[in-house]
Amino acid sequence: MGLLIDLDKCIGCGQCIEFCPFGALEMVGGKVEVREGCTLCGACLDSCAYEALIIEELEATPAADESYRGVWVFAETKDGEFSRVAYELLSEGRKLADARQSELGAVCLGHDIGAVDSLIAGGADRVCVVDSPALADFPEDLCARKLAEVILEYKPEIVLAGATALGRSFIPRVAAILGTGLTADCTGLEIDPETGLLMQTRPTFGGNLMATIICPGKRPQMSTVRPRVFKPDAPDQTRKGGVIRLDFNSEGVTSRTKLLSFVEDLAETVKLEDADVIVAGGRGLEKPENFAMLEELAGALGAAVGSSRPPVDEGWVPYPRQVGQTGKTVCPKLYIACGISGAVQHLAGMQTADVIVAINDDPAAPIFEVATYGIIGDLFKVVPMLIDRLKNG
Amino acid sequence: MNIAVCLKQVPGTTKVEIDPQTNTLVRQGIENIVNPFDTYALEEGVRLRERYGGKVTAISMGPPQAEAILRDALATGADEAVLLSDAAFAGADTWATAYTLSRAVDKLGPCDIVICGRQTIDGDTGQVGPELAEILGFTFVSYVSQVEEIDGEHMRLKRLMGERYEILEALLPAVITVVKEINTPRLPSLRGMAKAKSATIPVWGAEELEVDGNKIGLTGSATRVIKVFFPQRTQRAEILEGELPGQVDYLIDRLREANLI
Ligand SMILES: Cc1cc2nc3c(=O)[nH]c(=O)nc-3n(C[C@H](O)[C@H](O)[C@H](O)COP(=O)(O)OP(=O)(O)OC[C@H]3O[C@@H](n4cnc5c(N)ncnc54)[C@H](O)[C@@H]3O)c2cc1C
Ligand SMILES: Cc1cc2nc3c(=O)[nH]c(=O)nc-3n(C[C@H](O)[C@H](O)[C@H](O)COP(=O)(O)OP(=O)(O)OC[C@H]3O[C@@H](n4cnc5c(N)ncnc54)[C@H](O)[C@@H]3O)c2cc1C
Repeated sequence: MGLLIDLDKCIGCGQCIEFCPFGALEMVGGKVEVREGCTLCGACLDSCAYEALIIEELEATPAADESYRGVWVFAETKDGEFSRVAYELLSEGRKLADARQSELGAVCLGHDIGAVDSLIAGGADRVCVVDSPALADFPEDLCARKLAEVILEYKPEIVLAGATALGRSFIPRVAAILGTGLTADCTGLEIDPETGLLMQTRPTFGGNLMATIICPGKRPQMSTVRPRVFKPDAPDQTRKGGVIRLDFNSEGVTSRTKLLSFVEDLAETVKLEDADVIVAGGRGLEKPENFAMLEELAGALGAAVGSSRPPVDEGWVPYPRQVGQTGKTVCPKLYIACGISGAVQHLAGMQTADVIVAINDDPAAPIFEVATYGIIGDLFKVVPMLIDRLKNG
Repeated sequence: MNIAVCLKQVPGTTKVEIDPQTNTLVRQGIENIVNPFDTYALEEGVRLRERYGGKVTAISMGPPQAEAILRDALATGADEAVLLSDAAFAGADTWATAYTLSRAVDKLGPCDIVICGRQTIDGDTGQVGPELAEILGFTFVSYVSQVEEIDGEHMRLKRLMGERYEILEALLPAVITVVKEINTPRLPSLRGMAKAKSATIPVWGAEELEVDGNKIGLTGSATRVIKVFFPQRTQRAEILEGELPGQVDYLIDRLREANLI
């Protein structure tokens, strides 16, 4: 098993070497050789015009359990309400369920979960609710075990969850209990018309490389899905659906973690992920005081303020404002980047915004490659002018 | 206190760029580095040992060349290191990676805390930590920003869950993943560098780990990467022209037209 080079076919053009993101191919004596470090990702396969690269197939993967049917969405709640991403997933899940001619379900866990009609209006055919005082603080271990148990009982073929902070740390545990595969942070989902498998596409390498991933042999097929990539459907109040209330037997089980207290960060401002408009500042802002100017612009636009990494590293703004590979992923309708060069790690967090405005005095800044509108100029002139025009008509 | 820290070798992406002509990754002078988040994991492990005593073992699964990051780990405070390397481990998804790491943790003997980075900069899933915890049957806490106290069987942690900082009490043994603000990693010490240079780093393969052959590498992976491609970045900004005030007016008009503001 591994990546093989057909030496009869390889002409030593070296094309594949450039395609390998891991630097695992090299030229030795006019032919390509595979070095240590190959992850079998397959990026090189299509680059070869001579079909000289082959990934040795596994002995046939065992067929998946056919008794699994339907698509499920894990409906995350925050402060007693369903997160926006739950409705986004219902909208996308509806399409997948229709393509598979199957049901769309939603599942939620917690305590004092209110009406779930909104999930049905959002597209669900049925909703499973696990409501228990023992789950009030969402103890992740108990919730993971319960969710896995419910999945084993109802056997959905596909399970989707938001790639939120919670989803990305909680759902992997559910997948591990079930012993199935999980694709992280997907931005594209599609049913392969031939095999019926879920094709899950996700960015890796900080958005530099896209990968399409399948889970052929295990069920359910699970993905976490990046928030704000899919649009929720308009709620249809006439939709009908069933609600199943499931028991949680808390006797003799205690969580291995206990929530002692919490403080909400940035409670007073708009949450970045939820904002329709974001004004973001980078190193070009020069000092912390200058963020006040961005706050003012944001105020005039009803926007939230984000930043690139340097202002966070310098301590000008707190970490929850950071947008990018190691910060937040945002997808607002409008993103205004001020004094941000547009490094790939920053782009990874914001390039799916509908409209991007870049304000930068360097015409060669890569931010202009993703922007919709660009103003080449001094932000200390442009931003005050914007504020003035917005405030004074 | 027995502490294991998981470190992954990744391509140093700061130098990776897309060649707009050929739409390929340009890897000029690419070098492999330790996953940046894992340096915080290691530093926290070393600090916990300094506070509570014990031993820090650095573990990495990867090709033989990944030994380099383990030597660096020894130079920056790890007591021991072990490399998990075997052709049969190649192509592992996160579950198969977590399984292989779990076998190493088991083999090392009783363990109190396993520390992982929050995510890597290549695969970028953040799934190995939580899956590892589940396979080991340990407590799991993600995004830890401070280990406040360890006392007997419990530790008190601060973590950043989305917008909220939580204080949690967690039962040991535990797997935690750490975020950047937890500490500032130290530089290698002279003594550490000398030790790292002469250290022999054991290499454990499938046999040493007594793994189930159906649970490792590509064979043990439920997920399959079937296609890898470069995102299209064809959109080019409309660069506004003319006097600045005119540009600003034009921009506001466009944004108003599109109902964005
Ligand atoms: C593993 C890793 C993870 C990372 N994660 C992230 C992340 O999550 N988010 C992130 O943002 N970065 C991240 N980075 C850092 C990233 O590589 C860049 O260094 C960073 O995004 C640059 O920030 P910047 O654009 O604000 O600063 P710079 O690159 O320094 O750009 C400043 C820009 O401001 C412009 N400018 C200066 N003065 C003015 C002015 N008066 N008027 C107009 N324009 C002006 C300059 O022309 C320049 O283009 C990461 C890096 C690594 C290695
Ligand atoms: C393009 C591409 C896309 C992929 N997508 C997926 C996917 O969606 N789902 C999936 O299951 N697999 C996926 N994989 C496989 C995955 O990248 C590997 O399993 C990888 O070994 C671990 O995942 P990660 O890099 O995401 O680690 P993360 O889960 O992000 O790592 C978190 C922490 O775990 C520890 N850790 C991770 N790997 C190691 C290691 N080898 N040795 C020691 N410690 C380690 C480190 O402390 C690290 O900070 C993908 C691979 C490629 C090439």
